[in-house]
Amino acid sequence: MKKWDFKALLAAGILVSSASLAQPSGKDWSTPAGNVAGQRYSSLSQINTGNVSKLQVAWTFSTGVLRGHEGQPLVIGDIMYVHSPFPNTVFALDLSHEGKILWKYEPKQDPNVIPVMCCDTVNRGVAYGDGKIFLHQADTTLVALDAKTGAVLWSVKTDDPSKGATGTDAPLVVKDKVYVGVSGGEFGVRGWLAAYNIADGKQVWRGYSMGPDSDTLIDPVKTTNLGKPVGPDAGTNTWQGDQWKIGGGATWGWKSYDPASNLIFYGSGNPSTWNPKQRPGDNRFSMTIWARNADTGAVKWVYQMTPHDQWDYDGVNEMVLADQDIGGKPRHLLVHFDRNGFGYTLDRDTGALLVAEKFDPAVNWASKVDMDPKSPTYGRPLVLPQYSTEHNGEDVNSTNICPAALGSKDEQPAAFSPKTGLFYVPTNHVCMDYEPFRVSYTAGQPYVGATLAMYPPKGDTNMGNFIAWDARTGKIAWSDPEQFSVWSGALATSGDVVFYGTLEGYLKAVDAKTGKLLYKFKTPSGIIGNVMTYEHAGKQYVAVLSGVGGWAGIGLAAGLTDPHAGLGAVGGYAALNQYTSLGGSLTVFALPQN
Amino acid sequence: MNLLLRAVPALALLVCCAGGIARADGSGDPAAVSSADGKYADKDGTATYKVSEGGKVDFYSYIGFVRYSANCLQCHGPDGLGSTYAPSLVDSLKTLSYVDVLTTVASGKKDVSEAQTLVMPALGENKNVMCYIDAIYVYLRGRSNGAIGRGRPQAHEPKPAAFTEAEDSCMK
Repeated sequence: MKKWDFKALLAAGILVSSASLAQPSGKDWSTPAGNVAGQRYSSLSQINTGNVSKLQVAWTFSTGVLRGHEGQPLVIGDIMYVHSPFPNTVFALDLSHEGKILWKYEPKQDPNVIPVMCCDTVNRGVAYGDGKIFLHQADTTLVALDAKTGAVLWSVKTDDPSKGATGTDAPLVVKDKVYVGVSGGEFGVRGWLAAYNIADGKQVWRGYSMGPDSDTLIDPVKTTNLGKPVGPDAGTNTWQGDQWKIGGGATWGWKSYDPASNLIFYGSGNPSTWNPKQRPGDNRFSMTIWARNADTGAVKWVYQMTPHDQWDYDGVNEMVLADQDIGGKPRHLLVHFDRNGFGYTLDRDTGALLVAEKFDPAVNWASKVDMDPKSPTYGRPLVLPQYSTEHNGEDVNSTNICPAALGSKDEQPAAFSPKTGLFYVPTNHVCMDYEPFRVSYTAGQPYVGATLAMYPPKGDTNMGNFIAWDARTGKIAWSDPEQFSVWSGALATSGDVVFYGTLEGYLKAVDAKTGKLLYKFKTPSGIIGNVMTYEHAGKQYVAVLSGVGGWAGIGLAAGLTDPHAGLGAVGGYAALNQYTSLGGSLTVFALPQN
Repeated sequence: MNLLLRAVPALALLVCCAGGIARADGSGDPAAVSSADGKYADKDGTATYKVSEGGKVDFYSYIGFVRYSANCLQCHGPDGLGSTYAPSLVDSLKTLSYVDVLTTVASGKKDVSEAQTLVMPALGENKNVMCYIDAIYVYLRGRSNGAIGRGRPQAHEPKPAAFTEAEDSCMK
């Protein structure tokens, strides 16, 4: 699995099987991240550094919904599948007939689910397998649709929105199962990952983020944390009393899979509440990278990145799997860019920590991650007391913490190019003041317990960067500043072009080696969707959803305030609503005919 | 009601030019005319803000900022300015009265159409909101009238003993 024969892959046509980790996406884009390794890399090269400047809009499509459009369409053969935020409409578009609508699925959902969706009614897309399209609806209904007709084949409820649980994640299909997680960390839900049988929707297993071993599917002896067994009751013994029952650790991020080890990888989010004083202990296993057996859910290893979170640094971001050499030795890597601002490289077979470095130089809440295996704080971030909201206490405003709660990077997924060996990472460059205080829990009601104010790092005017990262060394290869946070997922291609979107609405194409801007086009609304590519009738297309919203649309719409100046909105404090407005459309790009 | 609404801008203009800062909103003239235990009221007895020289705000406006930012910001954006997801409360409070605000917060609101799905939850059972609703209201009233600026108020009056007592009994 060192090098791929692209010609053979192209000759084989559709690449939907998950037999090999490194298979890049080809003509189709059949998995949310292009392949199950989460690489967002395409072997297509018709569009390349030499001609991408000539890119044009080929066609557009409106979803009819004016909300934050996260996620990406899928293409399988002649059909493109496009989803929308609530009400979670799914369209099947016929690529052979100018995008004619083959079928449309629009679920009837109780609108009362809307206000329990923290930070907009987003959905991160559908998954495909066994001739079915899988959608995790806002109301936590997981539905299987006939890919040809849109008919509902089965439908199952995964959780309870009246308790604040919602569905926003893109499912992942592997072999005969579909995997989904849950949102609701701000409502005191207890996160889980579950596997459902794709034939009939029967739940095969469910593993919670915290709780007794029977709930977490953790084995006290076999499950390891940095190479050591976790021991008994690991999912309850770092919580006070019954607090784990409303412990958070939501699982709304991206999932990936390695067929060689048969492991599913994903992250869990913040512990509930945001007030750390109210939940003493490490709060395991919130903020954790998980490796579970795909068939049974049994936990092979865990690694908690931010024990006892005090900043809302959710650990849900994507796990990108790649095979690279470190120190001349081939390694099976898992690479993760956490909200907490550290880029982690682990051995995905064992959970061994190889690299943990800041991927934004502004990150200041911890000096570093302790990499000394002999140290009692091995693997833990070394937190600076002045930025510790636990240390400073309730009703105290801790200032100038970087990154802000939205993280140095949020859910917007990175891409990996095996050609350059680099990861392409959309990042936020925002700091915050954070004041925790007493909060009371009511089922189905927000359970937050902190106030925060956000602003760019001192002296900077940009709120984002698009960076290239070397996960073998933990170093930034190049960095393109962006006025606003980059909230769009990246796409890397064999044409050595990397694509991403911006909050103002630009689709941008840059050189994979240098970051040089090669092309940009302003789409109808801000982009928080992920760029994808496919080939149809011999032609390569690049597509992205526009529709500003999500946490970016809420936090940045009116512009940030400078707590130290108190002046108007300029530069890094510019208001996003002066650049873009609500929307909901797909823009598809291609090279001109000649 | 119509008469009153029409009279309000005229009154606002007068007050504005005579007093320099005070205006009128959905509850009328926000000028504080009385206070008890650090809590201010306008001429109709409705809760209101008090901003002294140097931008020092009353304690309730301050705690209103804190609780707004924890419980309302997620939809209505920082400083009440609205977002891609929910309307600006700085604008809304120009026409909504104290009673309108309390009713909407406690009972919620739905405005669902094909393209827009605006749903405000009923927060009547949520202590983190309802125990502080007057504080949140006076903070937003001050924002709406331009008396309180963006961001965290830089200075505030001391915490009144009555506040601590009320908070303890409400939050338990």
